[in-house]
Amino acid sequence: MPHWLYRKLGDRIFAWVVLLLAFGVVLAALLVAWELLRGGWLAFRTFGFWGFLTGREWNAVSERFGAWPPLLGTLLTSAAALALAFFPSLAAAIFSVEYAPRWLREPLAFMVDLLAALPSVVYGLWGIFVLAPLVRNVLELPLFGWAAAQAPWLVPVLGPPTGIGLLSSVLVLALMIVPYASSLARDAIALVPREQKEAMYALGATRWEVVRLVVVPYARGGIFAGVVLALARALGETMAVTMLIGNSVQLPFTFFGPAATMASAIANEFTEATGDLHLSSLLALGFVLLLIALLTNLGANLVLAHLRSREVKR
Amino acid sequence: MNLRRRRLRDGLMVGLLLLGTLLVLLPLVMILAYVFVQGVGALNWNFFTQGPRPPGEAGGGMLPAIVGSLIIDFIALAIAAVFGLAAGVVLAEYPDHRLNPLLRLVSDVMAGLPAILMGLVAFALVVRPMGHFSGFSGAVALALLMIPIIARATEGVLRLIPWELREAGLALGLPRWRVILNLVLPAAKGGILTGLMLALARGAGEAAPLLFTAFGNPFLVFDPLRPMDSLPLKIYVYAISPYEDWHRQAWGAALLLAFLIMISSYLARRALRARGQGG
Amino acid sequence: MLKTIAARALGIVALAAGLALAQGVALTGAGATFPYPLYAKYFDVYSQKKGVRVNYQSIGSGGGIRQLFEQTVQFGASDAPLSDAELKKFEDAYGTKILHIPTALGAVVPTYNLPGLTQPLKLSGPILADIFLGKVTRWNDPKIAALNPGVNLPPLPITVVHRSDGSGTTYIWTEYLAKVSPEWKARVGFGKSVAWPVGLGGKGNEGVAGLVRQVPGAIGYNELIYAIQSKIPYAAVKNRSGRFILASLESVREAANLDRISQDTRVSLTDTPAENGYPISSFTWLLVYQDMAKNRAVKDMRVARAVRDLLWWVIHEGQQYNERLHYARLPEVVVRVSEKNIASLRYGNQPLQ
Repeated sequence: MPHWLYRKLGDRIFAWVVLLLAFGVVLAALLVAWELLRGGWLAFRTFGFWGFLTGREWNAVSERFGAWPPLLGTLLTSAAALALAFFPSLAAAIFSVEYAPRWLREPLAFMVDLLAALPSVVYGLWGIFVLAPLVRNVLELPLFGWAAAQAPWLVPVLGPPTGIGLLSSVLVLALMIVPYASSLARDAIALVPREQKEAMYALGATRWEVVRLVVVPYARGGIFAGVVLALARALGETMAVTMLIGNSVQLPFTFFGPAATMASAIANEFTEATGDLHLSSLLALGFVLLLIALLTNLGANLVLAHLRSREVKR
Repeated sequence: MNLRRRRLRDGLMVGLLLLGTLLVLLPLVMILAYVFVQGVGALNWNFFTQGPRPPGEAGGGMLPAIVGSLIIDFIALAIAAVFGLAAGVVLAEYPDHRLNPLLRLVSDVMAGLPAILMGLVAFALVVRPMGHFSGFSGAVALALLMIPIIARATEGVLRLIPWELREAGLALGLPRWRVILNLVLPAAKGGILTGLMLALARGAGEAAPLLFTAFGNPFLVFDPLRPMDSLPLKIYVYAISPYEDWHRQAWGAALLLAFLIMISSYLARRALRARGQGG
Repeated sequence: MLKTIAARALGIVALAAGLALAQGVALTGAGATFPYPLYAKYFDVYSQKKGVRVNYQSIGSGGGIRQLFEQTVQFGASDAPLSDAELKKFEDAYGTKILHIPTALGAVVPTYNLPGLTQPLKLSGPILADIFLGKVTRWNDPKIAALNPGVNLPPLPITVVHRSDGSGTTYIWTEYLAKVSPEWKARVGFGKSVAWPVGLGGKGNEGVAGLVRQVPGAIGYNELIYAIQSKIPYAAVKNRSGRFILASLESVREAANLDRISQDTRVSLTDTPAENGYPISSFTWLLVYQDMAKNRAVKDMRVARAVRDLLWWVIHEGQQYNERLHYARLPEVVVRVSEKNIASLRYGNQPLQ
């Protein structure tokens, strides 16, 4: 093979192939969006886009569908789960790379990844039979009892302490997204160049100072990618949340009481929906979820750009 | 700040990190123990060698579901790996390409959609034109779930490979594609593998997108163009049934599924390490 | 030892080969989850006896109806009858009727968690409606006490549990409540998923049963088979003739034992006048195109015949398997009506006799 062919043509062909495949991914995503929009068109036409988005009633009998309660539920559960999961998953990542003895590293990483290997229906069943009673007896009943005696105004905010509702579903969701945040963070931390760390140690830094000043800043990109992936996972998680959240679209939501998310509404009703408008509203809900994912990602990108610009200034 | 305070803080942080790790691992152990206790009784010879039996009859098994899961997940991972790796390479190695912002956005957005909607798309894309359900259409639905995870993981880890490595390769006179294929990707294989395994785990446990694509089949099938059973489908159907016996089998299937993913993840890591030492 | 392993290996190979060589017709059906175990039994026996392989998957009644419309299946299955609008949709698109063939009867029972109660609670339709409307909120409410003289009802608050997923069970339950309570009918109505005024939603029978077991003072509703199999207590319900009936295979079948039944069998079996009938009962149906040539999934006459034979077998020989799995059998009058419906099946212009 002539030299120039190998160099120039090879590069050209390679770039074309990967770009074409990547373009396939974009195409697939557009196709998903198109299917959802097409399917949800009837609902958007009937209620209007804003009418659908802000409608507070979800009633299959009177065929009035509004996305507001499940939309709120999705935002609440995802944000809370992410907040809960962030530090433990980062801690697990840092611990397994920087602190754990060598023999423990692989098994630790392996176990965290194992959290991702359990089907979500398993989380759901475990949630109903183990977690929910635990949450009810250890967290909700004592808190409720305390509030009833000391701060009665809290009672309506807390909601019924049955163990099934927002709190339990957030806990399970947080657990489920840990491997996504933790794995990517771990890989990023493992790739921090040894020289950088050794330079710090040579200056007499403690381990924690090395982690704080070198490891975390260097691995920030990977950590952030993990957070974004975890958030995406939280937005779309269906089965476990559906089994634990109590599925009520009655506003206002309370801490302990039942709520609903967009994914749970879709999962609950999709297989049994027969009315055209009902089905269309579920697909419209999917489209709204897609928009939410789009917006959160754009927001995340802004944050990332901000982080980068600060870095340059410094 | 004196040394003692710094040491103290260091020790405190070790404690906190350990606590965070335990906070993650404790529920995992609880769940695994729960699944194990519930499911281990269902695992016997019949479970692995027979097809499903109607309720109330002894000796039903999961053979068609096990075979179906293996075939569907393998095809799905193959499809997703090709597209996901390519997308990751584009994102990391051609950082200035115009496609990139859009590509990154769509893959992140896709990761946030409920799995059932991917089934819907695969139905429109594969089942409707073919006129019947098939294992292949299920694999397409799962691949749609897996692609963003692989793409993001690949991108993330490729970005962390120092540019010096690429420059060294180019300086040696290697064309860019050889640098990417022979230097960058091998250097990043650990992270890429994590991505592949996460994606496999994500896809292999989903039942909802398979309901109207792979559909399920009580008979043993090897042809991916026919309706095919899978473990999550069986777990789903058996878990909602009223029969104790089926519940036990559902737990057994859940245990097996987790075990299969665990084993494949473990084997992949080991193969990687062995190769790494050899080369 | 070696022999048994060889035999088993051979068995696996034969299973695979048998499939590859399967000469018989293979049928595909999809729909309701409630009768899935029963259909698994039917089709298992059927493939052994007739050599026809039937692949039935429980993707939900709504999914089954949609797949029937998409023509990816030869038959659908549903726990709720098609509405007039849905029938018209098929008629408009394909120019043929959809026939409902009942296969079994199911019942929905109020399940509850009241510690210390030994005999089944007695409840009536209006009180159930009031509980699910959130108007009766304590177990020691005088209205409940009046129906249960001598029973020591605890002063527990009532926690209502309902299905969160769309389901035929919810359809039957709410259809009954709408029949016996005008207020329920006006405020909530009935359907596979409704806007519940109060309560927790559990996913699936499992979810509802799980919640009822977990929460003292809870009341929910479950399919009878589910309540029996998972040993949750359920209440006797007052029927139209004023008797308190505890759901059983006999009392459920009794509910459908009516003098006449409309030809399309799309009848409600809740609150029927049957004297000993349990008031919250229902059919579950298989759905087929009357003119099977209109269904793209029915490739030829041979397949159409196979579907017809299957339906015939299900309403006759198949019925003997119902009660073993705790599904009520079809009464004779319903079998007669269905025979006529099956006889009206055709493929293009040709009848399928």
